[in-house]
Amino acid sequence: MKKKDVPQDDENLFEGKFKVVKYAVDDDGNYGTVGSVGWEPENTVLNQAWEEINKKVEETKKKIKAGELSPLAYHMEKNIMDVGMLSQYMDISKRKVSKHLEPSGFNSLDSKTLEKYAEVFDISVDELKKTE
Amino acid sequence: MKIDFEHRQSAHCETGVISNLMRHHGLDISEPMALGIGSGLFFSHMPFIKVNGLPVTTYRIMPGDIFKKFSKRMDVEMKRQKFSSPEKAMAELDNCLEQGLPVGMLTSVFYLPYLPRAFRFHFNAHNIVVYGKEGDDYLVSDPILEEPVTIDRRMLIRARFAKGMPNTSGRMYYPTHVPQDVDINQALIKGLKYTAKDMGTIPLPIFGGRAIGFLASRVANYEKKYGKEEAKKYIGNIVRMQEEIGTGGAGFRFMFGAFLQEASARLGNPVLHKKSLEITKIGDLWRKFAYDCGRMVKDRADDLTYQDLADQLSDIGKKEILFFQSIHKMKF
Repeated sequence: MKKKDVPQDDENLFEGKFKVVKYAVDDDGNYGTVGSVGWEPENTVLNQAWEEINKKVEETKKKIKAGELSPLAYHMEKNIMDVGMLSQYMDISKRKVSKHLEPSGFNSLDSKTLEKYAEVFDISVDELKKTE
Repeated sequence: MKIDFEHRQSAHCETGVISNLMRHHGLDISEPMALGIGSGLFFSHMPFIKVNGLPVTTYRIMPGDIFKKFSKRMDVEMKRQKFSSPEKAMAELDNCLEQGLPVGMLTSVFYLPYLPRAFRFHFNAHNIVVYGKEGDDYLVSDPILEEPVTIDRRMLIRARFAKGMPNTSGRMYYPTHVPQDVDINQALIKGLKYTAKDMGTIPLPIFGGRAIGFLASRVANYEKKYGKEEAKKYIGNIVRMQEEIGTGGAGFRFMFGAFLQEASARLGNPVLHKKSLEITKIGDLWRKFAYDCGRMVKDRADDLTYQDLADQLSDIGKKEILFFQSIHKMKF
């Protein structure tokens, strides 16, 4: 890659915070570094990954509304976790987490467990019970 | 309290931390040299290991191994610790800072609020250096950023004690002995030979240059096997591993080219300079592949099939094997 070809396709994914370093050659073939605000294919695949996450969050919201899942499922998806990772953070079995993802399991949780879930997601217990 | 620490931005976190920590201890090592001496460049495709439902493709050796190989070849002695409790982990960090030692550590990018939101996934192998403390804030040299930043104690604890692959477990490290008279040329030859051997000669299909051809054979079938929408996720993931923050472009191939040029100058070996131009050309092919994958993901590639993408990869694979075999055969 030539230095002059280092892409500058800004889709604000870096929020204007910084440029990333790319290695590229000058006209004589000598290497150096150039800052880049992004490259279209990179932006595309990063957006693709987020669209997938957002899609899951929206589907989960619908299932919560339909009474199929508890609000815990929303916070899990929003934090890009799965049952395995959440069980590690909670230090409880996957089976228990799965139970808490059901409305009945979630509604019977004691305040201590609710607080621990809230702490994992860095929100309040009130927020834990909502899907916003 | 603030240690006099020079932050230099780099493309990749691990090689950047090596370069910055070594320079602090009197050893001027560039990021590409850290990559080369630590044999960071690699390729592997492991369809049976999945992260978020997608098979793992990597353009580098295991996280942490660049630093380990670098230290061994440069006779650098490191103290490495992990902790069971955040209190102990933070106390030990404070203790090091009091002694004037900048400390490298493993963090999860998900809990680093100073990073842009779009990059904060559960990636638990991000290396940063902490070099001071002001009140409740820690001073951070994050190698991928242009300038140093701060993070509060609470978030640093979260980042240091993330769960997943791997658990970060408060892991931290710092050099205890950095030799000033080490034979850098011997170290870089060792690093280069190791990479050339692994990329050029491993007979297994999932590691080294051969794995690129193996990935090609998988990509050729993606659309048939998984359907149009799923297939796009598979190739999107390959491009993320190749180009997202940290590789310096084309999955470390350009940074490796920069290493070969430095090596050529140090050893007075013009062949390595030619090799640098060769890997740059191969890197350009990787970028063409990423560009075409991006078009495919965006449904802007009517002229392109998965077989075309596979053919590109297959060509790159053959070129990389020949390239690394030619270095493997070189005498130094």
